[in-house]
Amino acid sequence: MSTASHNNFTVKFANVNGTGSSSANGLFMKSIFRMGIPVVGKNYFPSNIQGLPTWYEVRASEHGYLAPSGGVDIMVAMNAETYAKDLGDVDPGGYLLYDSTWPRNILMAREDITVLGVPLAKMCNENFDNARARTLMKNTAYVGSLAALLNMEVAVIEQLLLDIFGSKTNLIEANKSALQLGYDYAKANFTCPLPFTTKRENKTDGYIMIDGNTTAALGCLYAGATVGAWYPITPSTSLMDAFTGYCDLFRKDEATGKNKYAIIQAEDELAAIGIALGAGWNGSRSFTPTSGPGISLMNEFLGFGYYAEIPTVVFDVQRTGPSTGMPTRTQQGDILACAYASHGDTRHVCLYPSNPEEAFHFSVKAFDLADQLQTPVIVLSDLDIGMNDWMIKDLKWDKNFNPDHGKVLGVEELEVMEKFHRYQDKDGDGIPYRTIPGTHPKGSYFTRGSGHNKLGLYTEDAQEYQELVDRLLVKWETAKNLVPKPIIDFLDSNVYAILCVGSCDDAIREARDTLTKKGLAFNYLRITAFPFAKEVEEFLKAHEKIFVVEQNRDGQLRKLVAMETGIHLEKLDSIRMYDGNPIYSRNLVQEILNRLKEDAAA
Amino acid sequence: MSYIKKPKILRDNAKRNELGMTYNDYEGSMSTLCAGCGHDAITGAIIETVFDLNIPPHRMIKLSGIGCSSKTPAYFANQSHGFNAVHGRMPSVATGAQSANSQMYYIGVSGDGDTLSIGIGQFAHAIRRNLNMLYIIENNGVYGLTKGQFSASADIGSTAKKGAPNLQTPIDPCQMAISLGATFVARSFSGDREQLVPLLKSGLMHRGFALIDVISPCVTFNDHEGSTKGYLHTREHINEAVYTDYIHPLSEIKVDYPEGSTLQVDLHNGGKVILSKAHKQYNPVNRSDAIRGVRESSDRGEILTGLLYIDESQPDFIENENTIETPLNELSFQNLCPGSEKLAKLQQRYK
Repeated sequence: MSTASHNNFTVKFANVNGTGSSSANGLFMKSIFRMGIPVVGKNYFPSNIQGLPTWYEVRASEHGYLAPSGGVDIMVAMNAETYAKDLGDVDPGGYLLYDSTWPRNILMAREDITVLGVPLAKMCNENFDNARARTLMKNTAYVGSLAALLNMEVAVIEQLLLDIFGSKTNLIEANKSALQLGYDYAKANFTCPLPFTTKRENKTDGYIMIDGNTTAALGCLYAGATVGAWYPITPSTSLMDAFTGYCDLFRKDEATGKNKYAIIQAEDELAAIGIALGAGWNGSRSFTPTSGPGISLMNEFLGFGYYAEIPTVVFDVQRTGPSTGMPTRTQQGDILACAYASHGDTRHVCLYPSNPEEAFHFSVKAFDLADQLQTPVIVLSDLDIGMNDWMIKDLKWDKNFNPDHGKVLGVEELEVMEKFHRYQDKDGDGIPYRTIPGTHPKGSYFTRGSGHNKLGLYTEDAQEYQELVDRLLVKWETAKNLVPKPIIDFLDSNVYAILCVGSCDDAIREARDTLTKKGLAFNYLRITAFPFAKEVEEFLKAHEKIFVVEQNRDGQLRKLVAMETGIHLEKLDSIRMYDGNPIYSRNLVQEILNRLKEDAAA
Repeated sequence: MSYIKKPKILRDNAKRNELGMTYNDYEGSMSTLCAGCGHDAITGAIIETVFDLNIPPHRMIKLSGIGCSSKTPAYFANQSHGFNAVHGRMPSVATGAQSANSQMYYIGVSGDGDTLSIGIGQFAHAIRRNLNMLYIIENNGVYGLTKGQFSASADIGSTAKKGAPNLQTPIDPCQMAISLGATFVARSFSGDREQLVPLLKSGLMHRGFALIDVISPCVTFNDHEGSTKGYLHTREHINEAVYTDYIHPLSEIKVDYPEGSTLQVDLHNGGKVILSKAHKQYNPVNRSDAIRGVRESSDRGEILTGLLYIDESQPDFIENENTIETPLNELSFQNLCPGSEKLAKLQQRYK
């Protein structure tokens, strides 16, 4: 049942991709944001350029919940092909807005919702001359109708049009008149506003609307990364696009106009990670953004980076697997593949941001960790974080921040050294000293993926080999103290707990609020990094039962936690949502209640 | 254990280069390859090259992939930086390293297995980028470390040690490189140091990707009757098309070349490459002629050697990337991070 109220509703747009709908849908969402109302957008798009169904969902939420609501209050049904499904998706009591230029199949009706017909095509054909404008302006016109139905401030939308189109006055005028057409029609033909409306608030001051690929790219820029290598792959492509854009703005040498960065489009992911490692080895902060299939290809080099101890950062913007899977759908399916990527005894430092704000900070952190620990660091984002527009707090930069490049010997230190050996553990923390090639004649050493000893020399000696791989374990222990701490919300009185990772966070926040209202308060721990900090084990020990929520079929986080902490699997009750859509609280609450009921019955 | 420390023999009267370094200073660990392996002769030629060119060892990066050939960077220039990458993927590491610091010398040593099978994609794309490096293929037509399988450069009809003939078309890295747009393509023979050293010098000083395919017989698995990459067959079928000499900047040209028979190519470092053609019809500065020349020679069963093609005029990787000359790894953080005010301003667009 649609229980929408002031500033609490979900509008879903069903469009055909390539028809310009995304600008209009963005316009709608951003206008709500500018009215001070918390809002979030989720894009359900096909792996295609033109002609296939695509959906965009805008949720206004006065509590600032950023996961989908799981329901639809207003469906804007612009795609005849998916009309039947879209009609069915509307919550009882909700509304469906469609283009009434063409007759609607009479069989497709529902008694429990209100259908609103707006002759969008007809109005646009009468008011615009060229074919492209007629297509595009239909979208702006439905935004106009929604503005009337939801009592939105038209002046806010018009200002946004000015900000978007700038000097393109003809576009501004066209959009304004389309907006008016839709608005006037709704005002004249429907009871406006609907039972749920927008009402100006001030809950978005100090916030921005941004996606996580953009913020991760900003993190690369601010961390001082200079070499980015990549092979285009959805959903990570926009990360490098954003980095390119920012470098163009901020990384040009004023005197020469030359680049203070290198962005290399590689021939494949095998090369992209090779380039990143080559640059990291040679003293540049380097990174490569990719997705699951790229991680599969990068495995061998990741093991090399681990064993030869080379810093670099890999962004895995996860999508649905296995294999090619569904490239435009989200998942957390690479947790195990990344943690242990490559053959032999390898393990990698992984960071798991939960939203675009963390994607920024973890991106910066990843470069420090890679340098401090001299190893590849993988940032596991996902399509939901990476490509959807989230409302996050303004990003802040500490102007006193200095990057930690770890144990790098400079000219002065090498000058007074008798001899430099690359893999000696002088400090007992498992992290050796390294040099940047070209720094000093004494700094040279040989890097190899074959057996080597602490002096950096080739070896096939049993003891020397084992000494080195054991030292890597000491480093792993050190890493536990350097990685971000888990996010914990703990009260002694709570019996049950939820453990999750990444983009599950906000759906769980909402679910916990709902459950608390039902008298079921849950403790909470969100994993932010692998290896797990000691707080994770303490939290696990403090509970008899922990629900592990994650977005993959096989419960990868649950398995990783069990393997790495020794906790009994039975203590970890697995809740998995992995259909490719971002998870939402409605199902989650129901699932948890069901499990508790089963427990009580047993 | 296949790492052997080489005893250092220091002589008071050892020849020193302009940096005051001796030949010893450019040597590496003791080779663990088979006695008589062509690769060791190439290692010797590389040492001579970098000694003569006065390259500061720590300003040189030597890279390789996997295989017998790829072991060799350990056998020269111990004072240089070495990177023994994964199989066939040294070019990507070189690309990244060069992005971080374009002011170093890059020498890659690979083999026919490493380059022409798993590495053929990265090899092709290093050419496409015109990566500024010397790329040596130690080509013996066979997989040595896994004991004698044919490689992709094995000629049709060439036999394995036990007699089975290869039936698949060989991949000729030189023909491939010229047709892909490489800016420096040479072929030589490990047994001809006189030819090889000037080629190595020219290649290292060339701006862009310099490929030298060196026939380097495998004495253990591919030096028998029926092999087309053995010492005997190579000596009998070699045909030097273009003699090459490298003249370092500010050095005199000491040899009198017969008038009209030579071509001079000026390198970006100020050095010169003097090419004297053995065959009138062969033209090493015209891509189409070069492809035809190499192709026809190969059809006749000959091994055409020398500097087969050179074009010094093309922009290299760094120029195409428009990267600043200052190595990226030397830029200060202040130079790279836009700071807090700009971040605040930047976010207005997301409001």
